[in-house]
Amino acid sequence: MKTFPIGGVHPSENKLSGAKPIEVLPLPDVVTIPLSQHIGAPAVAKVAKGDKVLTGQLIAEAGSFMSANIHSPISGTVTSVDLVPNGQGLRQPMITIKREGDEWAEGIDRSETLVRECDLPAQEIIARIKAAGIVGMGGATFPAHVKLSVPPGKKAEVLIINGVECEPYLTSDHRMMLEHGEEILVGVTILMKALGVQRAVIGIENNKPDAIAHLKGLAGRYAGIEVMPLKVQYPQGGEKQLIAAVTGRQVPPPPALPIDVGAVVCNASTTYAVYRAVQKNMPLIERVVTITGKRLTAPKNLLTRMGTPVLTLIVAAGGLPEGDVKVINGGPMMGRAMVNLDSPVTKGCSGITVMSGRDAVRNEAGSCIKCAKCVAACPMGLEPYYLSKMARRKNWEVLEEQMITSCIECGCCQFSCPSYLPLLDFIRLGKQAVMGIIRARAAAAAPKK
Amino acid sequence: MEVLLFTILTLCALGVLAAVVLYFVARKFRVEEDPRIDEVEKMLPGANCGGCGFAGCRGMADALVKRDDISALFCPVGGSACMKSVADYLGKAAPEKEPQVATVRCGGTCAKRPRTNEFDGAASCAVASALYVGETGCSFGCLGYGDCVAVCAFDAIRINPETGLPEVDADKCTACGACVKACPKGIIELRKKWPKNRAVYVSCVSKDKGAVVMKACKAGCIGCGKCAKVCPFGAITVENNLAYIDPQKCKLCRKCENECPTGAIRLVGMEPLPKEPKAPAAPKAAPEKPAAAPKAAEAAAKQVKAE
Repeated sequence: MKTFPIGGVHPSENKLSGAKPIEVLPLPDVVTIPLSQHIGAPAVAKVAKGDKVLTGQLIAEAGSFMSANIHSPISGTVTSVDLVPNGQGLRQPMITIKREGDEWAEGIDRSETLVRECDLPAQEIIARIKAAGIVGMGGATFPAHVKLSVPPGKKAEVLIINGVECEPYLTSDHRMMLEHGEEILVGVTILMKALGVQRAVIGIENNKPDAIAHLKGLAGRYAGIEVMPLKVQYPQGGEKQLIAAVTGRQVPPPPALPIDVGAVVCNASTTYAVYRAVQKNMPLIERVVTITGKRLTAPKNLLTRMGTPVLTLIVAAGGLPEGDVKVINGGPMMGRAMVNLDSPVTKGCSGITVMSGRDAVRNEAGSCIKCAKCVAACPMGLEPYYLSKMARRKNWEVLEEQMITSCIECGCCQFSCPSYLPLLDFIRLGKQAVMGIIRARAAAAAPKK
Repeated sequence: MEVLLFTILTLCALGVLAAVVLYFVARKFRVEEDPRIDEVEKMLPGANCGGCGFAGCRGMADALVKRDDISALFCPVGGSACMKSVADYLGKAAPEKEPQVATVRCGGTCAKRPRTNEFDGAASCAVASALYVGETGCSFGCLGYGDCVAVCAFDAIRINPETGLPEVDADKCTACGACVKACPKGIIELRKKWPKNRAVYVSCVSKDKGAVVMKACKAGCIGCGKCAKVCPFGAITVENNLAYIDPQKCKLCRKCENECPTGAIRLVGMEPLPKEPKAPAAPKAAPEKPAAAPKAAEAAAKQVKAE
């Protein structure tokens, strides 16, 4: 069975909600919609305080090519467009909407009937995806229309659908593939058409045999789609790792992109959103969020409108457990701990993990014993112990030389460290600094042209 | 015995030969270096802290000797006295700068600013500030992991375990600016150093609106502007919901401190002005007050002149 060639770890899977069907969370009374839910420029608000909005109505427009539209997830009145603390407590521009009834904007097909045929040209498909504000829903939130607009001189050869879900605890993609397999496959054909490729591979880790069997059974009807079981290994859901696992090709270090090796990767949930956007004219206003944790009474998968406060989801899963808890936006490996539970579910939020008791606190850090377990675990072939040390010393030149910008922040190094060193904390810091230096250098060089 | 003798003689001959070669090479490729650089380097404090902008004192000495106009160069550790002696030696105009001291502009002590969460990542302000808001609700305030303490080469800054905030020892601080650069929140500022380490400054850098500040911290500046109205020297400006006292205009009259509703304006090394009597219960304090205030102002003005 295939997997990526270097590094990786295998944390306990803890897929507590894997067998729980998707439930629909009741409409929230108030939503807060951040203008920046994606990589790139923030969206520009198109509504002001007091405006009436309908469900699915455009409320913020993409700020540049590398940006995404945002639509209202509920109908009601805009109560403010202001700075609101996000999950990390940092104040960001957000639109707050108070719900009144449930009225939808015109032209959105809300029926569940499957529409297989799509005769649109590639340009029109990409335009619809752009209009619907679709971004990568696995967590990276890269605007989908940017990914699909293959730059001149490059050619896409294979479309890879990411159904890996290697992050422990999370099961939203798993449930999507089981319950909306047919729609995902139609989505794949649409994406293949947009990219002009003849081959698509759906990569699924073999800890989801039901999803593999289900999609394999359905894929027979569609030409060029292959379902590929993959060996369970974290971080296989990383774009570069998945490309290596499926095609055997290595994406060169940044600024190279997957398209340089002829691959385009798209998450399974994103593919479903693409299907809905193109065939049903449905903007991206809801997603499936896994709400999970060992001490939660009812871990589950909830179909949630964007902007719903995280606390609402936790309450729906039985409320916060007693004692020390750490609420993580995402999974335990790559997710970010939250300090503000009133912060909203966003386009990239695939799960909320509630760690409790001993799981909630880090072990005390010791000293580096130079065992090189982090080097063996790094899926990008970096030397995390050295990067961390140099980041502590603020030696940015060495960090740049050592390719710190290749780091995908998967956390394998920190996970494997027997001294519990906060390796990734410092590497992330160093990466930010080096990327800042690179950007400043590019900006300084640009006007001379 | 012979072997030993030959060995010694050969080595001696080689040594003499090498010495002769080196002598001529050294004369031929001799680099003329201004001997004054060494002398100036001796005059500098030798802390190699980088506060002047050079990597060390040698670089500073080199620049001092080679540049005609040294007004832009200043050693914060040695101060004006050191720069004057260097300038006198070199026969150049001495750069003048008033003494400065690092000032921590955050009053969010553990008591005034309650913790809302616990951070268990790497104990570094840089790491924490890159990740999230911090352990309290204030996104501008001190994080308290001591990045400033770690960079101080003069042991002049420490975290007070009771308040959780860094405190600067004004006698040890040389105003090299290392802590200013290290603080990811930009809380530390180099401000004018008054005699007896006196100071008046706004101990807050929060640009949040008043209500948001009040929620997170009881000692924050809410930008009400009362201090700016009362300041007789026009030293206080309120911008982005935050008051700032210009150290160049401030004369330490302390009137602003009495006006501040949250106590964000901090006095160091001085008693606050007596408050205006609110009730007739304090008749004695009333006649004293008008006399005391001008005196204080005069004293402050004198100090300025003495500078």
